[in-house]
Amino acid sequence: MSVGFVMLAHDALDRAAQVARVISKAGCPLVIHVDARVGKEFDAFEKKVAVLQGVTLAPRLACEWGTWALVQASRDGAEVLLRSHPELGHICLISGACLPIKPLGELVAYLERHRNTDFIESVTIEDVPWTKGGLSEERFTLSFPFPWREKRRLFDLWVETQRLVRRKRRLPEGLSPHMGSQWWCLTRATLEGILTDARREELDRYFQLVWIPDESYFQSLVRLYGTRVESRSLTLSKFDFQGKPHVFYDDHLPLLRQSSAFFARKIWPGANRLYRAFLDRKSVTAPVARISPAQIDRMFIQAISRRTRGRAGMVMASRFPRTDCESALTAAPYAVFHGFDEIFRDFPGWMRTNSGSRVHGRLFDLDRARFCGGQTGYAGAMSDSAALRDYDPQQFLRNLIWGTRGEHQSFLFSASDAQDICGFLAADRNADISVVTGAWALPLLRSGKPVAGIRAEAARLQQSEADFVDILRERQTRARVRIWSLAEFLERPLDPLQEIVDSLSGADTHLLVRMPEFKSMEGLPGFLQSLRNAGMSPHMAGEINEEIMERELGLFAKVAR
Amino acid sequence: MGALSAYGLRIERRRCQIRAIRKRRELTRIVNRTEGISESDVLAFVTIRNELRRLPFFLEYYRQLGVRHFFFVDNGSTDGGPEMLADEDDVSLWSTSNSYRRSRFGTDWLNWLKLRYGVGHWTLTLDPDEFLIYPFCDSRPLLALCDWLDQSGARSLGTMLIDMYPRGPLEEVEYQTGQDPFELAQWFDSGNYMISKNPRYGNLWIQGGPRARVYFPTEPEKAPSLNKIPLVKWDRRYVHVSSTHMLLPRGLNLVYDEAGGEKMSGCLLHAKFLDTLVDKAAEEIERREHFAGGREYDAYHAARSEPDGLWCQWSERYIDWRQLELLGLMSKGNWA
Repeated sequence: MSVGFVMLAHDALDRAAQVARVISKAGCPLVIHVDARVGKEFDAFEKKVAVLQGVTLAPRLACEWGTWALVQASRDGAEVLLRSHPELGHICLISGACLPIKPLGELVAYLERHRNTDFIESVTIEDVPWTKGGLSEERFTLSFPFPWREKRRLFDLWVETQRLVRRKRRLPEGLSPHMGSQWWCLTRATLEGILTDARREELDRYFQLVWIPDESYFQSLVRLYGTRVESRSLTLSKFDFQGKPHVFYDDHLPLLRQSSAFFARKIWPGANRLYRAFLDRKSVTAPVARISPAQIDRMFIQAISRRTRGRAGMVMASRFPRTDCESALTAAPYAVFHGFDEIFRDFPGWMRTNSGSRVHGRLFDLDRARFCGGQTGYAGAMSDSAALRDYDPQQFLRNLIWGTRGEHQSFLFSASDAQDICGFLAADRNADISVVTGAWALPLLRSGKPVAGIRAEAARLQQSEADFVDILRERQTRARVRIWSLAEFLERPLDPLQEIVDSLSGADTHLLVRMPEFKSMEGLPGFLQSLRNAGMSPHMAGEINEEIMERELGLFAKVAR
Repeated sequence: MGALSAYGLRIERRRCQIRAIRKRRELTRIVNRTEGISESDVLAFVTIRNELRRLPFFLEYYRQLGVRHFFFVDNGSTDGGPEMLADEDDVSLWSTSNSYRRSRFGTDWLNWLKLRYGVGHWTLTLDPDEFLIYPFCDSRPLLALCDWLDQSGARSLGTMLIDMYPRGPLEEVEYQTGQDPFELAQWFDSGNYMISKNPRYGNLWIQGGPRARVYFPTEPEKAPSLNKIPLVKWDRRYVHVSSTHMLLPRGLNLVYDEAGGEKMSGCLLHAKFLDTLVDKAAEEIERREHFAGGREYDAYHAARSEPDGLWCQWSERYIDWRQLELLGLMSKGNWA
């Protein structure tokens, strides 16, 4: 018992010849089919393989991608082998871009142990995840007389027409459509069954008009004639999201060494190291521990996900999502505190201690970006220049969050800061925004300036703050938002703080023992009243209850002083 | 995009082509070895002016990646660079004494050479201080990348220019002929870039990096563009519009994914910030042949007093392409 090979070669014939030599040396018969579309390269190839023992060249057909000619070429090849080599137990279909990644002797021994097993990936349509373009079942129920690559428009038009008239081709009786990788290894019995089928002409007529018959002809018929079908290919081959095969290069050597497959496809023709390592007997090293196919799969799945989903919250020369295509605008959750630094002394320091977040100052201050610790720059060599930041505030924030992945970031925000970022904050799922409205009154109060002089400024700040709150309250806001008026906040300051700390630390077990220190708020009710008297209504601050103010502030003012 | 603006771009593309064909008269052939080029060769197109010190490493770097033929246009070098190039077997050389600026910074000259010799090839259009980094460039040659791009139906590769700089003033480094410039200029800014989309040409406009941070902190709109599309499978209809920042037809600029995924992209390491810049800046400020009147050289002069040069404590030291990939400055896309 032994194994014979049918090889379909399309290009890089030098490499195909190299593999042919190795197969011939191992004493296995080989039929090579070279695509009739190959031009002058063929003559040199013919000379090279003519001297090889047991290698024959099949009559050449033009093999356009996904057409019946591929099935015919492989079937004819198998027929020749079975007829001229009665000792063969298995026939293996490979391509010119396949590389044997184990000594052929191992394959022969393996097949010897599995005499009656057909190795062919064969899956029903419902279970196939890799079909694209809506053509799964329709591969078998519509007809496809036009090549997809060459006559795309005609192909699409014909498909649409058939859909319109609800065409449904009748399947040959007893046939249940299966699909799978086109690289198989079948037993003599199975192949003879397929080749001598009484209904061969009918089946041929049917499969000639199926789409990509090389992925379904043998895969379906094996279910009729195979005794033991093991639904997996002995050839390692992976496809990406566009349905084109992944290519193996020199740096895949360790991976291929550890694969449990016997062949790998497809190999880049320039991968000298791979061809040397696997075809040059001398350099074969000791076998290594096998890794599971799942581990190899994972690598390719990651590549596909990088291409289709990418890394959220990062933009670059080859990733620039439209706003509606990105659910999170930044790479990680972060928090925004609006107004808190006017109420408390060293709020960032207190917050850092209690939540573990890296708390920056006012990143959007009009003078400069105030990074934590008064630094003049930050991760990723970000600049504190206000002009640079305001040139593209969204990218400024995105850069900060991307550049500090792994550490939670927070920053202070205020009505007197640059406001262009507001819409972005509201739209970002990663933003956690806490707002105390009306806190803008506190620095004005503490400035000690006469009300007449600051009235206009107060009105401007309040308007700016009201605009921000409006944006936050819009229905399409995706940020997590908490808003208190100054009056509400001062009545029970501990509860909001506890809520914020809980949500940042993700647990509700950390009971706050120490409040941050209050800044002085003496005369706040009176100040607000004088604003009212001057004709401006500080409604964002809420109704400050003087009694509670006295009690609360009295309590904390002691500490503050 | 409306039919009118599409038509406008078509006119512009034709105009660029006509310019390129007209400007061919400015080029004098010194050596032409193009008959040795074979079908699948990757070609490089470069304009130089007094770059002798840089050339040996430049040639070595790209030969090693697999560039098979170099096209140089010399714009009035006086340092013996052209003579050295004329002796290299894989170089074809032209020279011109015409204005660099009026050739739109060499774009017209190189457009002509690509039209004449580059059609059907993967072409790299480079400055002599730009070094291409792409995913797996340490194990897969340029030809593997080009084959993969062909197979994926891509006609161009997007990159970002990364300014590399030494620590300390530029005057203090001493770049030796043939040396790897990144042994000296090994620092870069890893995450302060700004990106927007150019609605007219469809390309991304990237700014930022050390030049924005140090030279233009108050006038960011003047910071130089860092988006580059140097690798293109050339066709007779194609033109670079301004340097390698963008091309026409517009589709060649769509090297990025807008649905959230990442296409494959690379980086161009920029070895500009060496002692070679010191003399060059002095010369260029006089010559005014560079983009926007060489305002960058002015800014460079103004900022040279910084003791650390472009370096700051958040600068990142360059290791390899995997580092750039992790930092989000380039992407493997679905190349595994």
